[in-house]
Amino acid sequence: MLKTAPRLSADQRVIARLVPPGARVLDLGCGDGALLDHLIRERGCTGYGVEIDDANIQACVARGVNVIQLNLDEGLAMFGDASFDVVLQIDTLQHLRNAEVMLRETARVGRIGIVAFPNFGHWPNRLAVLRGRMPVTKVLPYQWYDTPNIRVGTLRDFAALALKNRLHILDAFGLQDGREVRLWPNARASRAVFKFQHG
Amino acid sequence: MHFADVLPLQSGASIRAYDLSYETYGTLNADRSNAVLICHALNASHHVAGVYLDAQGAVVPKSEGWWDTMIGPGKPVDTNVFFVIGVNNLGSCFGSTGPMQRNPDSGEIYGADFPVVTVQDWVQAQARLLDALGIATLAAVMGGSLGGMQALSWTLQYPDRVRHAVVVASAPNLTAENIAFNEVARRAIVTDPDFHGGHYGRHGVLPQRGLRIARMIGHITYLSDDVMNEKFGRQLREVAIGHASGYKFSTQDVEFQIESYLRYQGDKFSEYFDANTYLLITRALDYFDPAAEHGGKLTPALARARAKFLLVSFKTDWRFSPARSREIVKALLDNQRDVSYAEIDAPHGHDAFLLDDPRYMGVVRSYFESKVTPC
Repeated sequence: MLKTAPRLSADQRVIARLVPPGARVLDLGCGDGALLDHLIRERGCTGYGVEIDDANIQACVARGVNVIQLNLDEGLAMFGDASFDVVLQIDTLQHLRNAEVMLRETARVGRIGIVAFPNFGHWPNRLAVLRGRMPVTKVLPYQWYDTPNIRVGTLRDFAALALKNRLHILDAFGLQDGREVRLWPNARASRAVFKFQHG
Repeated sequence: MHFADVLPLQSGASIRAYDLSYETYGTLNADRSNAVLICHALNASHHVAGVYLDAQGAVVPKSEGWWDTMIGPGKPVDTNVFFVIGVNNLGSCFGSTGPMQRNPDSGEIYGADFPVVTVQDWVQAQARLLDALGIATLAAVMGGSLGGMQALSWTLQYPDRVRHAVVVASAPNLTAENIAFNEVARRAIVTDPDFHGGHYGRHGVLPQRGLRIARMIGHITYLSDDVMNEKFGRQLREVAIGHASGYKFSTQDVEFQIESYLRYQGDKFSEYFDANTYLLITRALDYFDPAAEHGGKLTPALARARAKFLLVSFKTDWRFSPARSREIVKALLDNQRDVSYAEIDAPHGHDAFLLDDPRYMGVVRSYFESKVTPC
């Protein structure tokens, strides 16, 4: 097992603090497992990551983090209702064809859902579109023709989707360079964060 | 190793005395915490890794163990770290007591009289071998296909004796289609005129025709359509002269390469494998079903397991499909057990579990390094 603590980005550290200590966590699109590893070591959590990528599966296993190789577009049938305290979808939603179904699934499987995604409403993005071009930024670093981000939305768009699916939003804010943005987050933050539960 | 104690079997029958062939690799550490048991599938043996040397010390050609890609010094299951045990199951034909040997009660060759053994019986016999070797707890039990069923059964029969279970290309039971393939193979053997009700040994013959066909059908199910097409396609063994198609317009000659390949596999197999063993082992596959005593529900069936699990399946494996591995994963998740699951996109069908895919090898290596390694 890797003996060194995982290095988290500033944004990941903020998200980690949203997870209650000792929680049973399902991390959808867990990447190399760094966040989950941190939650297990530093916050006494337990749980599993879900990943589709072979290299990430191996990275998680190498860390000693439980990981299940699944395509999230096939749903979460493997996981029971309210079987986790927290379900994380960190920078995952924008890659999913069935983003709305997965949002409902997240709320079904977890007592709490935490979703973070690139906020298209961030002012540099708006400016780029105003100039007639799709934005290319640190958080949205791809050209429009080769982006894996097939769902681009704003913080307010997500709030509307949550309402449509009768999710109860517990907290919502923006993230900019590791700082929480609570004043005009839809314009001032490159990343949106939502904490919600079943309505 | 000889065992003098009676082994009671699941069927109610018993075996009075028996031998188990086994091999070990690496060194058992001082606190006996680094033992890894490898369970074999249908046609394999206790010779899981390494090669044999002849009297002059030269490597015997083609004597590599059946999981030599996986197990050995510096390999994913590293025998510099782990003490690996390969054991030939009861009823098999590589040295352990089986249908080719004499029944001590009658003095006759067992043949068809060898009792039907199950996965649970094998695991019980393996546990006795560990007792004899002085190993209380396994660092890991590991197997592919039918071997994976044994690994799973270990975690249910001896939950306190297994720290980790690595279950590759396996299933919680066989589907009807899978049993059907086994039945075709069995019928091929049983209807061979040389079978003699399973007592061919007494007649000095072998039902090799049946065994060949059994192996051919089995082999088809271990490969994927893509791999077969890539390897053989519609290639002819030789192009017949005289007709533009290259066909011989025969019905009984070997014309396509795939025919030639299957016949070769069948011939090779029928030279070394025992027909009664084939019947017994396919039956053990058919019977395995830990969920059966829980109303068909796997979640309560796996509640007993205490081990941490790694499951691996292969996308093109249709004999032991990923969906079946996912059933096991789901039941373990329901029980909040530690489990990781890799679904490898290898093209080779069920055979992939014996092959050297870097993603597969990598995930098993990482698992053993990060989780199984004794502290």
